[in-house]
Amino acid sequence: MMKKFSLLLTGILGFALVMTSCNNQGKGTSNGALTSNAAERVYVAPGEHDEFYAFISGGFSGQLSVYGLPSGRLFKVIPVFSQDAEKAWGYNEETKPMLNTSHGFVPWDDSHHPDISQTNGELDGRYVFINGNNTPRIAKVDLSVFETTEIIEIPNSGGNHSSSFVTENTEYVVAGTRFSVPVPQRDMPIKDYKGNFKGALTFISVAPENGRMDIKFQLMMPGFDYDLAHPGRGDSHGWFFFTTYNTEEASSLLEVNASQNDKDFIAAVNWKKIEEYVNGGGGKKMATNYAHNVYDESTHTATSTMKKEVLVVDPLEVPGAVYFLPTPKSPHGCDVDTTGEYIVGNGKLSADLTVHSFSKMLAAIEAEKFDGDAYGIPILNFEDVLAGTVKSGGLGPLHTEFDGEGNAYTTFFISSEVVKWKVGTWEVVDRQPCYYSVGHLMIPGGNSRKPFGKYVLAMNKITKDRYLPTGPEVTQSAQLYDISGEKMELLLDFPTVGEPHYAAGIAADIVKARSKKIYNLSENEHKYGIQTDADVRVERNGKEVHIYMSMIRSHFNPDNIEGIKVGDKVYFHVTNLEQDYDVPHGVSVLGANTAELLIMPGQTESFVWEPKQVGVWPFYCTDFCSALHQEMQGYIRVSPENSNLDLSWSLGE
Amino acid sequence: MKFVFRSALLLLSLIVLSCGGKEEKKKEGFSVERQKSQTEQPKSETEAPTTKASERIELNNKGVGPITDLTLNDEIDQEMATMGEGIYNQMCLACHRVGKKFIGPAPDKILERRSPEWVMNMILNPEGMVKEDPLAKDLLIEFNGSPMANQGLTEEQARAVLEYFRTL
Repeated sequence: MMKKFSLLLTGILGFALVMTSCNNQGKGTSNGALTSNAAERVYVAPGEHDEFYAFISGGFSGQLSVYGLPSGRLFKVIPVFSQDAEKAWGYNEETKPMLNTSHGFVPWDDSHHPDISQTNGELDGRYVFINGNNTPRIAKVDLSVFETTEIIEIPNSGGNHSSSFVTENTEYVVAGTRFSVPVPQRDMPIKDYKGNFKGALTFISVAPENGRMDIKFQLMMPGFDYDLAHPGRGDSHGWFFFTTYNTEEASSLLEVNASQNDKDFIAAVNWKKIEEYVNGGGGKKMATNYAHNVYDESTHTATSTMKKEVLVVDPLEVPGAVYFLPTPKSPHGCDVDTTGEYIVGNGKLSADLTVHSFSKMLAAIEAEKFDGDAYGIPILNFEDVLAGTVKSGGLGPLHTEFDGEGNAYTTFFISSEVVKWKVGTWEVVDRQPCYYSVGHLMIPGGNSRKPFGKYVLAMNKITKDRYLPTGPEVTQSAQLYDISGEKMELLLDFPTVGEPHYAAGIAADIVKARSKKIYNLSENEHKYGIQTDADVRVERNGKEVHIYMSMIRSHFNPDNIEGIKVGDKVYFHVTNLEQDYDVPHGVSVLGANTAELLIMPGQTESFVWEPKQVGVWPFYCTDFCSALHQEMQGYIRVSPENSNLDLSWSLGE
Repeated sequence: MKFVFRSALLLLSLIVLSCGGKEEKKKEGFSVERQKSQTEQPKSETEAPTTKASERIELNNKGVGPITDLTLNDEIDQEMATMGEGIYNQMCLACHRVGKKFIGPAPDKILERRSPEWVMNMILNPEGMVKEDPLAKDLLIEFNGSPMANQGLTEEQARAVLEYFRTL
């Protein structure tokens, strides 16, 4: 009975498939309809690899997730700003310093805009940078290991949102403040905001040889909200563009008070000019306090250094370095096309997009055609810099990316759609609905000189009925569209981690080739690491006990430890002696007030255990490692505080 | 039934232990272990009808892997052996101990039972050996299914480890 039914069903399905595939021949695609072979085009067969990596921000999870495109499969969640018990990030002794700030240990943040490092304006796949919005920080993820290896705190900032975008040769990663704040921070009435708060735009240099970040200078701008940013490229390389809103400088009820001005600004910053000024001794050193955290791959350990000084630049002291381009309706996204000529202001309270021309901007500056100034910064005439307007018919434009074929794609939040338009003629070519309320979109390489094209990924804020319900909180999602034809085609919906704000995509081959398989044991310089089983030992220093332990399939050495006492502070320093691909081991002990360790081949990690109860407590491998994984276990004996039992340890004796 | 018995025994031993306090507590523990080993013995008898894989002598078996032909000099290269010892201590010691069966077999006198090619292939290609070499398969079973880890040695390093084995 059942069999017959399923046979029938298969028949109908098969027939339907044949029919639709016939129907589809030469027809092109209709708006919003799912083409019959969409599944085929996102299907990556078992054992095959995806064509692109997509690094999607985890939003309020604070992390960065790694997906494959076109399949939408999740490979890894890279912990960045939030503790992650699965990987001991922010729990083990090695990575706790990564989450240190001038406000102490901060176990969470809101991660927004990943951006991949570039060389000559093209994605080079070395690093992904991402901003922490709440307690302003910029993180660097090293794509040879897919781990966060550096986090720098941004002083004088609040709501680090127009971040973390890189210049053409990764000279700088830029962090602009969304919320202006008193600089330096001080006790003052909130109502005195206007004219007194500052908006810091921070330029962080990235060392070409090792990627080390350092704040080169902070440009102290008027107290607006600096919302998003993108660097110039090609001819406009050397400039950086920031959208602003709240040029009203309201400090309360912004949803009304920050929407009073018909036009806010895009700030055009000539960073090369400021760099020269700074290199020539310009700027003022200001006392401050911020954390710079670096993870060292050879010691497998992070260190946090508090920095006490930052170089600040007053824009008025560098004539010709900063201009304001009037841009309608509280612009949100600030996007620069592949040639660097067009700067798109996505006026989020508008139906239209405003596109400025870089060459016209230069001409207007040359001719000194200014329409007044804001706090001494020249304002250019709207008409003088305007290249064109995209009359889309949509509502609430947010972000734009480019395919390298002369087309731009813009998301519209309120009308919930992606609109495709032509750069230069500004005509709308196509529009496709998003489900629902799309924020950013991403074309692999779509904010570089050379996009890879092929797909656009729309990231949605709301999914409502699109997936199985999971109580009041439902998943966020991304939607993949094929953009290889004239019309966009929706291929796939897939759920995402946290709120996917922005993403960065890159051809997988560029990253794959550099991906590390193991950490070399002979290069392990961890302070408590061991190079051989002969170095296994347990040492007592007062109430502190250090266990130098090794792990390999399928045992710990030592696996029997005695002589620990209640009140001791016991450090497990565990080295994974494996040198084979994909053989991590995990470890934890009963009652540990912290996360497990997850240790890669050749790596050492440490956790602290403060036993409170007398007894014999088991520890075991938490990551299934071999046929004898269940045997990978040990015991640690805890005696009363006044016990005279000497330390002893053994394996197989 | 067995479980109930064991639990009871455990409970008993726990009670005794907690009463014993800081002092020795060997006796109860011992009796439990003795019972275990008794149940294990008949098993191993039925499983070992022929010579153990680790004691078999197969000097003509070259194994499966990158090493197909290797002639050893009569004289041991001491420098190479010293280097090999260092590599052995870092990469192998966790499972192989000289003079005793540990996680894996002892490396001393290995060339009385194995060809030099076989030893190097076992180091360089353990996954392939366990799949394709009958002796390596039997060894895996003899050593409780504990797989030989591929420690990523180069041919040169594996050769040095072999030279060290000759000194043992």
